[in-house]
Amino acid sequence: MEPPRWHTNVLIPCPWCGDREEVEFRYGGPVPAGYPPDPQTVDDRAWARYLYYRPNPKGALEERWVHTAGCRRWFRLTRDTVTHEITPASDASA
Amino acid sequence: MREPDSPRHLWRNPEPKKAYDVVIVGAGGHGLATAYYLAKNHGIKNVAVLERGWLAGGNMARNTTVIRSNYLWDESAAIYEFSLKLWEGLSAELDYDLLFSQRGVMGLTHSLHQVREGKRRISANQLNGIDAEWLTPEEVKAFCPIVNISPDVRYPILGATLQRRGGIAKHDYVAWAFARKADELGVDLIQNCELTGFELEGDRVVGVQTNRGPIAAGKVALCAAGHSSVLASMVGLDLPIQSYPLQALVSELLEPILNCVVLSNDIHVYISQAHKGELVMGAGMDAYNSYGQRGSPHVIEYQLAAALEIFPIFSRVHVLRTWAGIVDVTPDASPIVGLTPIENLFINCGWGTGGFKATPAAGWTYAQTIAQGQPHPLNTPFTLERFTTGALIDEHGAAAVAH
Repeated sequence: MEPPRWHTNVLIPCPWCGDREEVEFRYGGPVPAGYPPDPQTVDDRAWARYLYYRPNPKGALEERWVHTAGCRRWFRLTRDTVTHEITPASDASA
Repeated sequence: MREPDSPRHLWRNPEPKKAYDVVIVGAGGHGLATAYYLAKNHGIKNVAVLERGWLAGGNMARNTTVIRSNYLWDESAAIYEFSLKLWEGLSAELDYDLLFSQRGVMGLTHSLHQVREGKRRISANQLNGIDAEWLTPEEVKAFCPIVNISPDVRYPILGATLQRRGGIAKHDYVAWAFARKADELGVDLIQNCELTGFELEGDRVVGVQTNRGPIAAGKVALCAAGHSSVLASMVGLDLPIQSYPLQALVSELLEPILNCVVLSNDIHVYISQAHKGELVMGAGMDAYNSYGQRGSPHVIEYQLAAALEIFPIFSRVHVLRTWAGIVDVTPDASPIVGLTPIENLFINCGWGTGGFKATPAAGWTYAQTIAQGQPHPLNTPFTLERFTTGALIDEHGAAAVAH
């Protein structure tokens, strides 16, 4: 059955379950920088960037979501932060 | 005290000059207050405030106007209490009735954790000389008779914090009053003027580029709230900020029925009745980053459910309008104010969901920071460097609702 489209203005394409309402998901935020490969050598400034700085563009943003009320799997997509238009990632599970 | 004029007559609409001592980017409450205090307190009057849209049309037009100073940590309590003291004299200072009404801000608790957090915050407030008291459920009912204190609901009220000096003000009048006074002192308020870039000489900013041509500037002061990351990125400056939609709504106009501001951190709603009569409600943020100035309906549904649990009397009230503002949230829910790694470029952002109440103090302290080229004692703790040193000021618990 089609989900009722009037309920939310963001339909999230789960790579495994298809388009579902936003309320079924938790937001994982912008894709963060990776954990420093050699943390012992990282200075305070680089730690600050790892801990506290995330992309915050007006436009295309690569981000992570988890389908909490569905398959419970994490995936990536690209969403426009003005129009909320979503482009699924070519390798969503990365 | 003068009656408010029609806003058309409150300021000139000058063409931008070729150069200013200070260019402020963003004519919201903070930008206008900063311009006013630069001129009034520091005699710096060759100032322009650039605004991409119309004056006070961003978050200044979208916030829910709650004013209070009952923050947990000393650093926050100091600047918000300074702000509240400025609010208490602001209508007279600006010669404009801001409809500032100290009707009391009551923070309901519905869980043992929130009871403990609320009592801890009251103690912290009292140690900082800020009025704060604890109300039992019966005292909540006596203070605000339409609150439902029945134990027979999903989240019964276990008590409340109360700051009697807290309240609301008319947000438009605040912006217009600062704008009029700044204009009188010689500040140019330039609307429909969008920043498109910065002029740099080495690591020093010397001007801005706009859709109305280049403007030279001795100093540039950003005041762009939710769009701060966008502006900063034009000069290669990254900020630890995420921009989210924060939704609010108003009901149809009602006779006076709600005599105070009511917040509920546990079940996520804050509500007051504006002077005109509408109920003004806000809630938690939408979960995702956005600049779209709109959010998802389920967030509104959730906040209305919370409001009806507290106020069953409002079950037949109609929603008139809903909207969202873009709030700039930092990792510790405290603002970023001060100098930047770029000489003569200053930043005031990260006030997140609580910028309106800080308007006069943010303007006062930021103006001094700009004028003297060093932080004001009250905004010294709120530098960008704290994210490197680790000296964070964690105010997530003192937010009106858990964001």
